[in-house]
Amino acid sequence: MHSPMKRDDGDQGSRAAEPQRASVWVRVRSVILSDYFILWLSIAYFLALAPFLPTLTNPANLSNLLSNTWPLLAVAIGQTFVLTIAGIDLSQGAVIGFTSTVMALLAATTASPDVLSGAPVWGIFIDETGGFFHGLPFSVTLSLVVMLMVGTLVGVMNGLAIAYLRMPPFMMTLVTMIVISAFAVWITQSENIRHLPEHLIMLGKGDIISVYFGEQDRSQIPRREIFTLIGYPAIITVALAVAAHVLLNKTVFGRQVIAVGANRKAAEISGVPVKRVIVTVFAISAFCATVGAILYGARLEAGRPTLGEGTFLLDVIGATVIGGTSLFGGKGKIIWTVFGVIFFVLLSNTLNLMNLSTFHIDMAKGAVILCAALLDVARNRYARELGG
Amino acid sequence: MSALLGLHRLSKSWFGVPAVTDMTLEIPAGICLGMIGENGAGKSTLMNMIGGVVTPTSGSMTWRGEPYDPKTPADAKASGIAFIHQELNLFTNLTVAENIFIDEFPRRLGLIDKAQMIGRTRALLDRLNLHAEPETPVGSLAPGERQLVEIAKALHREAALIIFDEPTTSLTARETEKLFETIRGLRADGATIVYISHILGEVKALSDHLAVLRDGHLVDEGPIERFDIPAMINAMIGRELSAIYPPRSSQPADEVVLEADGLSQAGVVEDICFKLHRGEILGVFGLMGSGRSELARMIFGVDPTGSGTLFMHDQPVTGDTRERIARGMAFVTENRREEGLMMDATISDNLSLVTIEDYGRPPVALIDRERLKARTEGVRDEVRIKAANIATQAARALSGGNQQKVVIGKWLLGAPQLFILDEPTRGVDVGAKHEIYTIIDKLAASGSAVLLISSELEELMGTCDRILVMAQGEITGEFAKNDFSEAAIIAAAFKEVAA
Repeated sequence: MHSPMKRDDGDQGSRAAEPQRASVWVRVRSVILSDYFILWLSIAYFLALAPFLPTLTNPANLSNLLSNTWPLLAVAIGQTFVLTIAGIDLSQGAVIGFTSTVMALLAATTASPDVLSGAPVWGIFIDETGGFFHGLPFSVTLSLVVMLMVGTLVGVMNGLAIAYLRMPPFMMTLVTMIVISAFAVWITQSENIRHLPEHLIMLGKGDIISVYFGEQDRSQIPRREIFTLIGYPAIITVALAVAAHVLLNKTVFGRQVIAVGANRKAAEISGVPVKRVIVTVFAISAFCATVGAILYGARLEAGRPTLGEGTFLLDVIGATVIGGTSLFGGKGKIIWTVFGVIFFVLLSNTLNLMNLSTFHIDMAKGAVILCAALLDVARNRYARELGG
Repeated sequence: MSALLGLHRLSKSWFGVPAVTDMTLEIPAGICLGMIGENGAGKSTLMNMIGGVVTPTSGSMTWRGEPYDPKTPADAKASGIAFIHQELNLFTNLTVAENIFIDEFPRRLGLIDKAQMIGRTRALLDRLNLHAEPETPVGSLAPGERQLVEIAKALHREAALIIFDEPTTSLTARETEKLFETIRGLRADGATIVYISHILGEVKALSDHLAVLRDGHLVDEGPIERFDIPAMINAMIGRELSAIYPPRSSQPADEVVLEADGLSQAGVVEDICFKLHRGEILGVFGLMGSGRSELARMIFGVDPTGSGTLFMHDQPVTGDTRERIARGMAFVTENRREEGLMMDATISDNLSLVTIEDYGRPPVALIDRERLKARTEGVRDEVRIKAANIATQAARALSGGNQQKVVIGKWLLGAPQLFILDEPTRGVDVGAKHEIYTIIDKLAASGSAVLLISSELEELMGTCDRILVMAQGEITGEFAKNDFSEAAIIAAAFKEVAA
């Protein structure tokens, strides 16, 4: 939808009654509607604030910005698929809490009875000798595979109920969110499960390429002065994003996802396996949330049942919508979500640096998301006008 | 005396594409102006400018001799211009009286003065000869009665100009007649009418004056006596239309493609049996509610079948829509917008939807873009979709006829042996109808079997090799081409109703 608008705009400018004013407006509009608009906006925002917030360009802060981007992006990629079929997945946050707990229950190296002996899982999945798979060969890999399967299964159940029982996505994923979240809190009695193996923690914070600013005047540079440029989370998320991009934009499945979002009835009549697409999309959403759980959990060095609660969902959906994926379905691109997440992380970060309270930050975030949703509505109306 | 509404060199272009160009027209008070034109001729854009929905690019309008420049629909309403659209703007959950007074409830002490509202509504309904209680919910009224409620709304606002846009598309013959009586009554009371319709006979019967639009221009206007129906068609399409229906270029073969043996579904259809041959165009005629569309949906597997068997090439057909598509079926439904097209997606994406799985390359089904592009371009030429660039243009931007060509075209990317076409020319203008009939003939000539469902008998008689007639879910008649008789077919369609 984006390229024809841009092209037609050009024509409009040349014939409009007030060519000069119109052409400025047309240029503004073509920038707003371009794929890269949010990226330009992010860069402009960054450059505009840099002089006033010196800490913004500080290497430690930049490294922090990046490390906040990866897990959010992983989760938002899943939400992009769901929004593209005109659905919504409210259970992603709960899936993160639940699967991070599963990860820790399976992989932990040891556990303290003082903390966990009251939990229903004590003695079944975890005890002083560690998690369920601890001690087995490839225990970390095994734990991650099982965790991803469990997470994806939650998505499959969402999808089955939505596709076959015709549950509204909002309702179904809300119920899943409440149930899964409560279940995770119950089995752990709301305790964090710590003592993750070193290999696992690496996935959340291990660096591959790091940078150090300053002279090397000592034989050893303290760890806190070295900043991660590219770490395992970056590799994992970029791989996920590339795969998702190919899947959504280049494959038959991606076309079918967009078709289901654009017009479900027409897709059904045209032989698109609509139900299978819906189930797969919700499975992808939960899978991505689970990848997010690996990154968040490993960074936290614990499985936490309440991970992903609170306004986390606002961040995910907000970042995706800011990127440009339509809440009305039929339109979505992974690249938009990448830019949306970058903008959103930058926004949160700068609001933090301004020493605002969390309440103010959430209010500002809400306002920005509102603007993004309004822009989505405006784009849709605009596209409709174009058709006359 | 000056005109009630004057248009002076009115133009509107959408992103550089002119929709209405230099339209100059005067509508004198007290007449009924008929307005005709193919889809995309600019009628809607013109009406939207008069109604304050869109702003003209250039030109001006006058209303009762004064400059008229509506910024919003409310401005037009306040001036005394009312629109009666094809899709009615009524709240089905509210009562007749509430609908009429929706924008200004009579009030007393800050509360709605119900007695006054009902009294005034009753007076309006009496004037229109509508025997409904003011407190009836609009949802329980028939389409024709709803239309009268919409007119009552216009009367209530004392509209001087009432514009009807395709008002009869969802009305029965009797309701249409009643609407015409009402319109004639309104005119006798001094209202000015603009009547837009595709049904030329209606326009001829109702109007004093005719305006013909083509490609955004006013190509002809004059007293209605000057125009007979062929002249109206010629003015609309700008060329002689020797025959609306192209001659059949092929003969059906003996090979049976589809056979229905006793298809039944309680309350929908009963014991449907027929055979459809290779290269044959089989028409299905029936009134609304005769089960014709339901039969099509059952054959395609969209709706369930209660009992009976369907055979394709002598093999029983089972399974869902996907399986039936794989067996060679194609279905163009009667609702192009709801079930046919992804309006905001590009023409190419719409065309490739059905067969997209054939263009996936293993292992992850990456789309073979080059091959797909060549094939969609090929189909575009085959069905002659008029679009500058099918890869970037949205389906929404096409006219009704071209949209329908996209819906037919998406099946042509495969090689279906059976086409089920349900009202393929609904909402399509005369010129595009001819093209669609030509496409249908070509489908049959290339060996497909075609099941053509329509409520327009003339269309079926002009295109089909054989016609089945349905009434109340049963087949009540079968006519071979030599026996086509309008009277006999209509009689069959009314069989149960008349008895």
